[in-house]
Amino acid sequence: MAKKLVKGNIALCEGALAAGLDAYFGYPITPQNEVPAYMSNKMVSLGKAFVQAESELAAANMVLGACATGKRAMTSSSSPGISLKQEALSYMAGMEIPGVIVNVQRGGPGLGNIAGSQADYFQAVKGGGHGDYHLIVFAPNCAQEMYEITYESFDIAEKYRNPVMLLCDGIVGQMMEPVDFNKEQKTSFAKKEWCLDGCKGREPRSIKSLLMADGVLEQHNLDLQKKYELIRKNEARAELYQVEDAEIIIVSYGISSRISKNAIKAARANGIKAGMIRPVTLWPFPTEAIKKYAKPAVKFLSVELCLGQMVEDVRLAVNGVSSVDFLGRAGGGIVSDKDVLNKIMELKK
Amino acid sequence: MNKILSKPESLKDNPLSYCPGCGHGIIHRLIAEAVDELGIREKTIAVAPVGCAVFAYDYFNFDTTEAPHGRPPAVATGIKRTNPDKIVFTYQGDGDLAAIGTAETIHCANRGENITVIFVNNANYGMTGGQMAPTTLIGQVTETTPFGRDPLREGYPVKVSELLANLEGTKYIERVTVFDAPHVIQAKKAIKKAFQNQVEGNGYSFIEVISHCPVDWGKTPLEAVKWVEEVFLKTFPLGVIKDTTK
Repeated sequence: MAKKLVKGNIALCEGALAAGLDAYFGYPITPQNEVPAYMSNKMVSLGKAFVQAESELAAANMVLGACATGKRAMTSSSSPGISLKQEALSYMAGMEIPGVIVNVQRGGPGLGNIAGSQADYFQAVKGGGHGDYHLIVFAPNCAQEMYEITYESFDIAEKYRNPVMLLCDGIVGQMMEPVDFNKEQKTSFAKKEWCLDGCKGREPRSIKSLLMADGVLEQHNLDLQKKYELIRKNEARAELYQVEDAEIIIVSYGISSRISKNAIKAARANGIKAGMIRPVTLWPFPTEAIKKYAKPAVKFLSVELCLGQMVEDVRLAVNGVSSVDFLGRAGGGIVSDKDVLNKIMELKK
Repeated sequence: MNKILSKPESLKDNPLSYCPGCGHGIIHRLIAEAVDELGIREKTIAVAPVGCAVFAYDYFNFDTTEAPHGRPPAVATGIKRTNPDKIVFTYQGDGDLAAIGTAETIHCANRGENITVIFVNNANYGMTGGQMAPTTLIGQVTETTPFGRDPLREGYPVKVSELLANLEGTKYIERVTVFDAPHVIQAKKAIKKAFQNQVEGNGYSFIEVISHCPVDWGKTPLEAVKWVEEVFLKTFPLGVIKDTTK
């Protein structure tokens, strides 16, 4: 099929629709407004559920409700709205309800601005809401991945009964790129033996996170950790770019990985062996991939559109074997490929 | 010998954890009877609140889910919009429904979601030990109004039923109570009608049940039911507040 020129946010919608989305619940916030607007048309035309919720809290809890019944539902927002959704995310993690939550990040803290940013890394991968839990976090870096990863994320959420977050940024969301809509429309789904679909011919089910009896909550947490361990083992993903001979390895995700790639090409043209490990999943973090290339002679550089968050996970992965530097800008400031190249040159000295 | 009365199928055998003299047990039973009589047990999904009735999922014998505090109307919206063939109801207390969940309550009602809401108003936060609720009466002493609720300091009791009646999305609203047998019978009728409305696709039904909470009110069960009759109902008068389904 011929490629179509669309915004990343629209590619994301098409990915969800192809995955068999039953319901979209949203709330207006820039820079993700294309998503609810597009979905309001598509979902209603398809006879599926669309609700513009009264709040981010409500939208996230509508996803919780729909997904508790085994249906496929998603919500999208941007940074300040995602802060409000943390309540539902913690409950969904505790109740083991799958669902897809999209964060098209903007500048923060507070109301910040509407420029692209990567400042919500900690919130996405280190918790965000209360309790000992993890989201599965993907970081698409182009419109094609906005489509493909969204498509896949519903299966992964259901496989592990865990919410999935797509941590995007305003640039990937807003940029128009050619997309190959190459996925088949999903129409059949695995039966869910846990969901609430009425107790016809079976014992009633209840889905909850309140576990008051002695030791039950601790056991539940231990079970969750076992699941997280399995996810770590199975789902960590990274794209490797010219790392085999690299003396300088950039670690970067989302839009900053695209900028970094240009800088690596320029560095190679100048005879500097640079490469990149691009995390496609931020949780689980591709620790093993980074560890493999951590050597005393190799220098790592984390490039992010914030003032240093993922760099902490890079340091943990490298574990003192290589040096780890950081380059980033905050508040909607964009690191240029020249900035990255200059930093590579500096590290080369 | 013929058995002429038994526990509704929609209630499990688990002993209730509610305090002695509490109204929740009666209200649970009325819901269970209504669900049984309408033959909808196998397609009912209940949304439990945060508060005393959080344990509702241990007592109701049909599918149930928990919701974050105040969010049952949003959770119920998500369930009903994707499962229009199921019967969905929320069971919420006054803190859950009228304080932390006010926005969800109003907008779910305003959208006219075809669900049933059972609102248990006992004028205080029971689960946490009897703090002031939005529905606490003027002058009522609670853990956080030790000098009595003073409207200049704490505002006035929120009359949610009257508030929601103003919204075009709401179809049936009635305030009932369960402190004596005649009122229990009336409450049962109202609850059953609220479920019947949903079965028929009539839209949003809201039943406010004025309930007694002797332990947190610091009263004996007898004093508590007397207080409902003589004091509580003066601020929250009973009756059909709105019915567009006739």
